[in-house]
Amino acid sequence: MNPVIEVKDLHKSYNGVKAVDGVSFEVAEGETFGFLGPNGAGKTTTINILCTLLNSDSGAVFVNGHDCAKEPSKVRSSIGLVFQDVTLDNELTAYENLKFHCYMYNMDYRLAQTRIAQMLSVVGLTERRDEIVRKFSGGMKRRLEIARGLLHRPKVLFLDEPTLGLDPQARAGVWEFINGIKKGIKKDAGSTVFMTTHYMDEAEACDRIAIIDNGRVIACDTPAGLKRSLKGDTVHLKTSDDARAREEIEREFGIKSAMVESGLVLLVDGGDKFIPRLFERLTTSISSVNMKKPSLDEVFIHLTGKEIRDYGGNGRGGH
Amino acid sequence: MFSYKAVYVIVLREFKRFFRQKGRLVVTAARPLLWLLIVGSGFGRLVQTGGGVNYMQFILPGIVGMTILFSSIFSTMSVVWDREFGFLREMLVAPVPRVAIVAGEILSGSMLSLFQGAMLLIVAPFLDISIGYSELAAMIFLMLLVSISITAFGLFVASFMTSLEGFNVIMNFIVLPMFFLSGALYPVSGLPLPLKVLTFINPLCFGVDSFKHVLLPGAGRLSAEFPLVVDVAFLAVFAAIFVFSSAYVFERRK
Repeated sequence: MNPVIEVKDLHKSYNGVKAVDGVSFEVAEGETFGFLGPNGAGKTTTINILCTLLNSDSGAVFVNGHDCAKEPSKVRSSIGLVFQDVTLDNELTAYENLKFHCYMYNMDYRLAQTRIAQMLSVVGLTERRDEIVRKFSGGMKRRLEIARGLLHRPKVLFLDEPTLGLDPQARAGVWEFINGIKKGIKKDAGSTVFMTTHYMDEAEACDRIAIIDNGRVIACDTPAGLKRSLKGDTVHLKTSDDARAREEIEREFGIKSAMVESGLVLLVDGGDKFIPRLFERLTTSISSVNMKKPSLDEVFIHLTGKEIRDYGGNGRGGH
Repeated sequence: MFSYKAVYVIVLREFKRFFRQKGRLVVTAARPLLWLLIVGSGFGRLVQTGGGVNYMQFILPGIVGMTILFSSIFSTMSVVWDREFGFLREMLVAPVPRVAIVAGEILSGSMLSLFQGAMLLIVAPFLDISIGYSELAAMIFLMLLVSISITAFGLFVASFMTSLEGFNVIMNFIVLPMFFLSGALYPVSGLPLPLKVLTFINPLCFGVDSFKHVLLPGAGRLSAEFPLVVDVAFLAVFAAIFVFSSAYVFERRK
C-alpha cells in the first residue's frame, strides 16, 4: 500500500519553543490514523503543516504524493478538514455554507446541488437545509462541518479533535456518523482519515495510533499492539501517602510507578503474585488495589509518566 | 486559472451577510442622515458660506465620502472577524489562489460601499442639488474608485491583525483623522501646515474633492480644491498600491 501521508523528520518552533521536534510517520491509504496526545503536544501544529496552513522549519511532508511546501494547491484539493473549533459562517444557512465550499472547490452548480443534497441526507440535516447555522446545536454544527469536509471527495479527511466540547450524547452521534462515513467512502473513494484526539476511547477506534508528547512521536502502532507492548498487568494503588508509597515500592521492588490523580499506577509481571508481597512489605497503609490488563490509558501513562487528563483540561480520560 | 467561482461566492457571502444584519442596515442608513441633518443644520447656523451653497449642501460630498469610508472599513473588519471565528481557515485551505480571496473581499467591500454611497445620493434633490445622468455616472465611477482604495487599504491593515480589538484601536486612529482631514466638513486649504501635509496622503480627501467637482460645481471657495485629474490619478495609484500590497501580504502570511 502506498502511503497517502508521509512525514519525515518534521520540525517547527515558535519563538524558540519546539512545538514539533523531529516527527516522522506514514499513513497508508484507507487507514484511520490517530494522533493521540495531551493538549500542547504538537498535534495541531502537525495537522496545520499537513494542511498547508503553516510552513515547517525543516523536514519533508507529502500528502497524496504532493509536497506540502511546494504544491500547496494540489495538497489542498486532496484534503478535507474539520477543525478543532467551528469554522462555519453562523450567519449563513446550512445550504449556503455547503454551497460556499463547493464553489471554492470549483464545482459547477449541478454537481454542487447533487453533492449537497447527498451530504445533507448523510448527516441527517436535510430538513434543516435552509436554517441559519447560528441556531444549530454543537453536535449539528460538527456534523455539518464533517459533511462540508467531504463534499469534494477528499483523499484524506483531517479531523482535529472532532468531538471537543461536545456532550457525551453528541459525541456518540458524531462517532456513529464518522464510522458510517468511513464505511461509505472507503467503498468508493478509499478515503483515509487522519484524526487528532486526547480521548482514549476515540483513539481506540483508529486502525493505528501515534502517541505524541512534547513534540515527539513516542510510539506508533495499532491499539492492540500498543497494549501488547506493555507486558504484564497494571496495578492501580491508593494509599494514605502516595509519595511515600512510591519511594518504598521503588526501593523494595525496583519498580517505578507513575503518580496520577487517582493514586499510583505500576506495571508488573504477574500482578496476582505481586499484590500479596506488596501488602507484606509496604509500611504505608493501602486503601485500595485494583489490577487489570493494560488499556491505552496505561500505555500512555507508562510512556509519558503522566495521565492524559493531567493536562487534558476537562478531566475526561478513557474508560 | 483564475478562480472566478471563488470570487463570486465570496462576494455573494458578504452581500448575504450585509443584508441579513438588520442592525448594520439601520446604522448604515441612519448615520449619514443624522450627520447631514444634525451637524449640517447645527454648523449651518454658525458657518458663513458663499458661492450659492449652504452648509448642508456643502457637506453632502463629505458625508457620501464618510459613508464609503465607514462601510469599506467595516467590510474589511469581517476579515479579522473571520480570522477570529475561524471561517478564514475554510477559505485558506481551499485550493484557490490567495489572490482570489483578496479579490473577492475587495470587490464585495467596494460594491457594498458603492451601493451605500449611491443610496445617499437620493437625498441630493431634497438639498437642491440636481443630479443628471452624467453626474450620476461620474459619481458612480468616482465612488467606486474611492471604495476600492479604502477597502484595499483596510484589507491591507486587516491582514496584519489577529484580533478585533487591535483592529478597532488602529482603525480609530486612522478612520477618524481620515474623515476630519478629508475636507468633508471644512475646506482643507485653511488647515495649519502639519495637518495639511496629512491631507495630501489621505485618499478620502481626494475622493471627497472629486465628489465636490461633480456635486458642487462653481461653489466658489467651497468647491473642489484640487484639479479633478489629480484626484482621480491619486486615487487610482493609491488603489493599485494597496490592492497589490494586500494580495502580496495575504499570499505571504500563514
